[in-house]
Amino acid sequence: MTTMTRAALGDDELRRLESSWRDPGGFWGSLTHVDHKSIGRRYLITAFAFFLLAGILAALMRLQLSRPDNSFLSPDLYNQIFTTHGTTMMFLFAVPVMQGLGIYFLPLMVGARAIAFPRLVAFSYWMFLFGGIFLYVSFLLNAGPDVGWFSYPPLAESLYSPSKRADVWAQLITFTEVASLAVAVSLITTAFKLRTPGMTLNRLPIFVWAQVVTSFMVLFAMPSVMLASTALICDRLVSTHFFDAEHRGDPLLFQHLFWFFGHPEVYIIFIPGTGLVSTLISTFSRRPLFGYLAVVLSLVATAFMGFGLWVHHMFATGIPALSRSFFTAASITIALPTGMQFFCWIATMWSGRVVLKTPMLWILGFFAIFLIGGLTGVILAAVPVNIQLHDTFFVVAHFHYVLIGGAVFPLFAAIYYWFPKITGRLLSERTGRIVIALLFVGFNLTFFPMHVLGLHGMPRRIYTYPSAMGWGSLNLVASLGAVLMAAAVVLFLLDIVRALRAREVAPDNPWDASTLEWATSSPPPNSNFPLPPTVAGRDPLWQNPPDQPVVVGLRTDIRDVLVTHVLDAEPDHRFEFPTPSIWPFLTALTTTALFIGSIFTPWAVVWGAIPVFITTVGWFWPKSPDEGGTQPWPVRRTLPRPNESPAAGGAI
Amino acid sequence: MSEVRTLDVSALPPGAFGSRSLMWWGTLGIVLIEGTVFALAIGAYFFLVTRYPSWPPSGLVAPDLMWGTVNTLVLLASMVPNQLAKRAGERVNLAGVRLWMVVCLLFGVAFNAIRVYEFRHLNVTWDHDAYGSIVWLLLGLHTTHIVTDFLDTAVLTMLMFTGPVEERRYIDVEENAVYWYFVVLAWLPIYGVIYWAPRLI
Repeated sequence: MTTMTRAALGDDELRRLESSWRDPGGFWGSLTHVDHKSIGRRYLITAFAFFLLAGILAALMRLQLSRPDNSFLSPDLYNQIFTTHGTTMMFLFAVPVMQGLGIYFLPLMVGARAIAFPRLVAFSYWMFLFGGIFLYVSFLLNAGPDVGWFSYPPLAESLYSPSKRADVWAQLITFTEVASLAVAVSLITTAFKLRTPGMTLNRLPIFVWAQVVTSFMVLFAMPSVMLASTALICDRLVSTHFFDAEHRGDPLLFQHLFWFFGHPEVYIIFIPGTGLVSTLISTFSRRPLFGYLAVVLSLVATAFMGFGLWVHHMFATGIPALSRSFFTAASITIALPTGMQFFCWIATMWSGRVVLKTPMLWILGFFAIFLIGGLTGVILAAVPVNIQLHDTFFVVAHFHYVLIGGAVFPLFAAIYYWFPKITGRLLSERTGRIVIALLFVGFNLTFFPMHVLGLHGMPRRIYTYPSAMGWGSLNLVASLGAVLMAAAVVLFLLDIVRALRAREVAPDNPWDASTLEWATSSPPPNSNFPLPPTVAGRDPLWQNPPDQPVVVGLRTDIRDVLVTHVLDAEPDHRFEFPTPSIWPFLTALTTTALFIGSIFTPWAVVWGAIPVFITTVGWFWPKSPDEGGTQPWPVRRTLPRPNESPAAGGAI
Repeated sequence: MSEVRTLDVSALPPGAFGSRSLMWWGTLGIVLIEGTVFALAIGAYFFLVTRYPSWPPSGLVAPDLMWGTVNTLVLLASMVPNQLAKRAGERVNLAGVRLWMVVCLLFGVAFNAIRVYEFRHLNVTWDHDAYGSIVWLLLGLHTTHIVTDFLDTAVLTMLMFTGPVEERRYIDVEENAVYWYFVVLAWLPIYGVIYWAPRLI
């Protein structure tokens, strides 16, 4: 690679390229980063930190529930803890961590130099971070939300929740949704417009497909929860009556809006997980994925159906019989595309040579756990069972099997898989096996008994229970399981520290995988690919002929990026990408002030809009022409008319 | 290894209009997001309709037709200078861009001002009942769009006068026009719901 790069680019050009794509160092410099690798890394680390915080909250709950009549936590604190735990896991961990993987790896997997709209992605990170800090500062000030992660009215209305706790929940939603919507737009554009020549849509890596499908779901789902939380704030702050039955509003409206988001949210978390599973199974079965088309269509079908079954969260609310039947049928039907993916994965492994490295072991753990979660999902889709089990620990067990099985296990697999690419270091295979064993056993010990507890009638969200109920021993087992899970996570963190200090350097492609992120060094250089590769198949590193062409002719003195056609990825034009900037950070600060202020007074929206406006104008204000390589005014026309064909390029 | 096959892209233009450009896809993303918000808000409106025995609720009258209808016409008419600005942008015609964007802004001043009268003639306040809340929400959501779109356009227009006018600024002009279309066209169903649903239900 290096010889080849020098042959086509030369040392001086290479140095200039790397310096054009370098983000500044130092504290102030770090606030201006726009490199997707830098932001992706921050997303992953921050989301993982929130995972740890929410994990600590979970451990406190398990401690409280480990024996009957326990008084370790007060009921009020317990309410704040379970709400903050759920809110963190959904909004500050699961979605951002998957999007973080997308931010880091999508451009690499499609052979691009950058992510589309890098400053927007930088802005989204700051919004995500500030939202998370806002939640935890509120929690420490005894103002943590305490009405459950879905914050139903009338409980969340000011009559029953007069403090600011429910507002904290509602505004946290706004922070995180703004962030994930921004990322979704960037990821879609990256996958559609920045693919390297030759990567037609039907050669798009499965993980990229999964991220695209997820991002479209984000576009249609997240607005719903923002509308719901905004209406809730309006009810609480300016006396609107959306959810107030006394003035002919309806709490059920909130439930509809919330679950129109909330159910797709499960797939927003789970579809990237399946994308990881497909990718890793192909790599570790040493063959291309079986049924590429079937898997892609399953992802798309899941996304569509995911919007058609939200009402199954509301079976207990007295909805008409016809819609119960419809949503039951829809909830069972969505198992079909996922089943299709399972069979494709089995076929891939069956016809390949399975290599049981740690990432693959995590995938096997995923199979076992997610399968159980999926099956209890089919059980819960039946209305009579659903009504019986509603709000019991059976539901808690079900969604932890789905989410930890469907997202956390694939995520750990991805961390083991991509850690060498991100850091240039390898995690220990031996320690990894112990971590998997501990987490797998600990997880099942913690959550399997909850099925039984739920069937025995233990409701969720209770801070304690009398010993006469006979729930004590199973709860103790669950709490002991949590100890094993905590041990697994600690061991995992120790191994990361060890690996980062180790001298052993990871090779560029330690797993002999097939996708483009492995075609560059570990960690990748600033420009991702000094010479962007082109591709001749779905698994380029396995299929590309030795003389597959590389892209040359992009300028090295500016951040020049090749933009290609949507379907066939033919070269279309070049586009100068933005340089590092402090403005996304400043805009996030002013937006944060507006959001937090609007908890206290509606006028914050009016006056807060002024600094937001100023910072966005600063963001978009063009730099003067002599600063960069941009063309001075007045211009010479070089842009083609809309219908003009591009000046050069062609099929690979 | 000595002979590396290459694909030389240096002759490609430094930008493109329409769906070929990244900006178009960014605009499309925003349009999908905000279109979903409008659609859901309209859905919420009709959900609340089913919670009332009569609509508009007894004791209330439907919003006055006049200002809403006038504003609809003004918004529709603004598509003419908008299209001309878009076309001037695509032809990299600075004089045309300046002229038609200023005309667009004049329309913007008009429909933002008329919007004040619309609020005054809704014949209900937001804190009266759920009907008042949802009507104010719908009109408020759209007003946020016409205000921000007006400010966006004003900043971009100013840039086209003061410079520095990079070539890619014309792509922004084009995408600004695309977004303007969205804001105008999204108004039509909202207008229908606010002003005509209470009369037709």
